[in-house]
Amino acid sequence: MTILNAPTPSSLAPDEVIEAPVRRVHPLAWLILIGIGLYFFVPLILTFWWSLRAEKDILGFEAYGRLFADANFWSSLAETVVDSIATIVLSLLIIVPTAFWVTLRLPKLRPAVEFVTLLPFVIPPVVLVLGILRLYARPPLLLTSTYGSSRLVLICIYAAISFPYMFRSVDTGLRAIDVRSLTEAAQTLGAGWATILGRVILPNIRVALLSGSLLTFAIVFGEYAIAVYMAQHTFGPFMANLTRSKVYEPAAMAIVAVAIVWVAMVMISYVTRPRDRR
Amino acid sequence: MVIGRAGGAQRPPRFRPGRWLGVLPFFAFTGMFLIAPVLRMVSRSLQDDDGNFTLDNYRSLADDQIVQAYSGSVRLSLLTALIGCVIGFFLAWALSIGGLPRWLRTPVVTFAAMASNFAGVPLAVAFMFTLGGNGILTTWLELAGFDLYSTGFALHKFVGLALVYAFFQIPLMVLVLLPAFDGLKKDWREAAENLGATPRQYWRHVAFPILLPSLLGTFLLLFGNAFGAYATAQVLTGGSGTPLATLLIGQQISGDVLNNQGLGMAVAVGMLIIMSFAILFYSVLQRRSERWLG
Repeated sequence: MTILNAPTPSSLAPDEVIEAPVRRVHPLAWLILIGIGLYFFVPLILTFWWSLRAEKDILGFEAYGRLFADANFWSSLAETVVDSIATIVLSLLIIVPTAFWVTLRLPKLRPAVEFVTLLPFVIPPVVLVLGILRLYARPPLLLTSTYGSSRLVLICIYAAISFPYMFRSVDTGLRAIDVRSLTEAAQTLGAGWATILGRVILPNIRVALLSGSLLTFAIVFGEYAIAVYMAQHTFGPFMANLTRSKVYEPAAMAIVAVAIVWVAMVMISYVTRPRDRR
Repeated sequence: MVIGRAGGAQRPPRFRPGRWLGVLPFFAFTGMFLIAPVLRMVSRSLQDDDGNFTLDNYRSLADDQIVQAYSGSVRLSLLTALIGCVIGFFLAWALSIGGLPRWLRTPVVTFAAMASNFAGVPLAVAFMFTLGGNGILTTWLELAGFDLYSTGFALHKFVGLALVYAFFQIPLMVLVLLPAFDGLKKDWREAAENLGATPRQYWRHVAFPILLPSLLGTFLLLFGNAFGAYATAQVLTGGSGTPLATLLIGQQISGDVLNNQGLGMAVAVGMLIIMSFAILFYSVLQRRSERWLG
């Protein structure tokens, strides 16, 4: 299961309101950082080292070569990327209008919407997929009869799981601008809803949209529990299979997975850097 | 956080059905993919195989196998939430009040965001290569004269799993707690000092009570985070070995190991009830802490 706390703009970029404290480094601070850092870096470094040892007595990128030569690697990666993009688009299509409408016209409904977006935290993925299969893998609502239709259901589940992150991101973005004045100004100038959303609101919250999307990608990428029980050939199940069948490739794969998620996080940190905020 | 929200709640309420259309897709979608599956599990858990109403499935939760799975999950989640809280607290402290240079923050926070999303197959793999039976660190320790596995340690057992779970628990704590530490206003410390408080008294009577709701809330969040984790444990244990509720559900999906569909649903519903409590109180405590630290 993946996690919560969206590195929302506010948690990634410390607010500039913090008064510069007296910068006196407590002697224990470095010790804590290094001690904890060891716990986090040793497994990553040793895994990387292991990934370099596929050829006897030589350190090299042989394991990566074999991994990249594996057709299943590319097909599962491609499938996951397509699924992630579909998830992001679907999630944006539902959350943006909802968050906009709740902010503008139905502020009383906000607690209800917030409550519903919290549901994915309450329902563990493996429990959710049990319920989904119970409901949609048998008549009268058979939605998982083919690989393609299961895939659509998987994308819908992923979109639902992304709601807490997406809603928080978009909501933070909307709170930072004056939605009501912008909307009224646009309406005065004769804009319809599509123009208001597409040309006024969206450009103003693009940082929030982008960070919500990247976070959704990080969550969907490598997801295992739901994909495996929906019998999908995505990256998560591919990684698990590889772990059972190969010796060095899983290490290379873990490093590739770390790198991909890392890039997503660095991009979030970049797009939400303080000077982009108004 | 920006104060003052857009949107006027003060207008006299008028019922206009058109307004509700705007949120219809959202509720329809979540209804279909989150709420309906849960309701179906609840209803099935209250039925026997012939579809008659029964509470037997819930009585059967007292079965040894199920009690062990729940207790394993609860203990693992409590332990790793505690580890996450304590270590995450010190790290957040070191980065904010501890006075580590500011440039460290972005890399640490970005790394924490990565690591907290790193649960699953790659995490399990990284630890297998490090501390598994043939792991590199295991081998080095052996060369240094310490046979880790002779102590009964194994990654697929309780302590091993806890060690791995800490990898995503600690960063989550840091991500939640860092803004809370930043929210501690310098004025409060100065006010306390002016009134003659020692640093210890400041922590005991000012800072800690303000941070407490946030700490407790995050503890519950971490609890839920570990309680629902599946992929990491699945890969490390191969699906069994250490009894956990999520693993039991996984086995139930792949092969009805309990020989009773309704009972499987009851196990799932039981997990949902435990999760609901954790997340509900998390959200209440989080709201409370925002009063001071928002």
